[in-house]
Amino acid sequence: MNAKGHVFKYGDNVDTDVIIPARYLNSYDAKELATHAMVDIDPTFVERVQPGDLIVANKNFGCGSSREHAPLCLKTAGVSCVIAETFARIFYRNAINIGLPIIECPEAARNIEAGDEVEVDFDSGKIYNRTKGTEFQGQPFPEFMQKLIAAGGLVNYTNAKKNQ
Amino acid sequence: MGMTMTQKILADHAGLDLVVAGQLIEAKLDVVMANDITGPMALPIFRQMADKVFDKDKVVLVPDHFTPNKDIKSAENSKAIQDFAKEQGLKWYLVQGKCGVEHAILPEYGIVAAGECIIGADSHTCTYGALGAFSTGVGTTDISTGMATGELWFKVPSAIKFELTGKPGPYVTGKDVILHIIGRIGVDGALYKSMEFMGDGLKYLTMDDRFTMANMAIEAGAKNGIFMVDEQTEAYLKEHTDKEYKIYAPDEDAEYDEVVVVDLSEVRPTVAFPHLPGNAKTIDEIEAMEPIVINQVVIGSCTNGRISDMRKAAAILKGHTVHPDVRVMVVPATQAVYKQCIKEGLIDIFIDAGCAVNTPSCGPCMGGHMGVMAAGEKCVSTTNRNFVGRMGHVDSLIYLASPEVAAASAIAGYIANPEKVGDK
Repeated sequence: MNAKGHVFKYGDNVDTDVIIPARYLNSYDAKELATHAMVDIDPTFVERVQPGDLIVANKNFGCGSSREHAPLCLKTAGVSCVIAETFARIFYRNAINIGLPIIECPEAARNIEAGDEVEVDFDSGKIYNRTKGTEFQGQPFPEFMQKLIAAGGLVNYTNAKKNQ
Repeated sequence: MGMTMTQKILADHAGLDLVVAGQLIEAKLDVVMANDITGPMALPIFRQMADKVFDKDKVVLVPDHFTPNKDIKSAENSKAIQDFAKEQGLKWYLVQGKCGVEHAILPEYGIVAAGECIIGADSHTCTYGALGAFSTGVGTTDISTGMATGELWFKVPSAIKFELTGKPGPYVTGKDVILHIIGRIGVDGALYKSMEFMGDGLKYLTMDDRFTMANMAIEAGAKNGIFMVDEQTEAYLKEHTDKEYKIYAPDEDAEYDEVVVVDLSEVRPTVAFPHLPGNAKTIDEIEAMEPIVINQVVIGSCTNGRISDMRKAAAILKGHTVHPDVRVMVVPATQAVYKQCIKEGLIDIFIDAGCAVNTPSCGPCMGGHMGVMAAGEKCVSTTNRNFVGRMGHVDSLIYLASPEVAAASAIAGYIANPEKVGDK
């Protein structure tokens, strides 16, 4: 499986309040949430994002609240992958659980710039910056998480386990 | 090789003799909690896995974020979890009037206890670590799975040990200590790790101080914050719960990534500047700056809405009036705190000073309702996050502080030193 698209680039500590502000959390409809994605940090994000585009950020992406609405709104807005130096831990879990691909790769996060065309090969964890002609090796998921992802997320994994 | 407090609790709940940092385990859960934002979203996911919750006494639903219902969608969300609680026969659905801010009310009702493994679909679930429990925030899919199965996967965290020494000075609270710590280690200083608090200085921190500190472990990126259980913890547990509890201490040879010594006697009243909880400045540094004129003060939340917080704020405000340009919202975190405030005459003090007193709710903390800010406004708040747009307009600013600094600032109209508010 691959992701390919143009990059939206952000800095350190992008928090869940800017990914999806609490004022919109009276809804959990993914499509509605997606219309407000990133509004408090990048008001034109929703107009500009194309299916397949990637977000690249620096340290501690997704810090703050436990709202699963955050990865959900990014995925629904068309984001195919988030690459960061590090992720906040609840965002990390939530992204895996809902099937938004995320990769930790400090070198890629520092090298890739806004607008670059980037391709990610999820099987190998390889990240290719097609604009700059550079290549990076992302952190592979531990085996247990690969099982979760292969099962199609935590719900399917839990049901499969129950039926064993 | 020895284990940390957190590792020992996780090992016991996974049925293992030993766990090591980085290991992936599946652990049994003692309490699974969700609120009116994360709960409704969990219901359809839960139903993909089960018809009945794993234990109707262990699944707790707390409508506290957008309640009293702020609009029709919020009302529908509250109704969804109330209907679900009835259908499932849950012991703990906390209806308005019995409700309050989740992380204040679960310990108060004795729903959580030492040694337990607790998840909540709210990032500040780490609060219950003050009781010596492993407690952590998760998202909606995780909470749905917990509700269905009573188990969840965890990556065993490594830990930072915080060795507390010395005695804090007057006007230095748990809030100042945790803001000081996050200022030192940064907002990702404990990323994926446990923050384990112990040391001789612990005895000078009240249970309310410890709830405040454990509450903000997430603001340093931590998986959980946990305190050593001492006489104060046991006294609190005996007063609040009938549950059997278990005390875990770290092994003598427990492995910590780092030991951070915090001399409480050197901590000063501390304020976190926009837009990160780690932007800590001492009150002395602030006094050397141009005054920061404010428009709003909020005293409350899961961080600082407990009775000792109310008492501290009232002690400063007594006999004073708030600055005419400042709106002050006092929000007791639970009905019991509210009632105790009435009994002790604190509500009179707040209202006589010119504060609005609101019913228990998360309310203004996350900009939902009851205190949303306009562009350019500044707020001193006893809450836990000062992110961009957190309390309203994207161009409003939040300064995080203790109840005493907040109360002193309410009187002065700018961020002020509680040491300098004269008695009246």
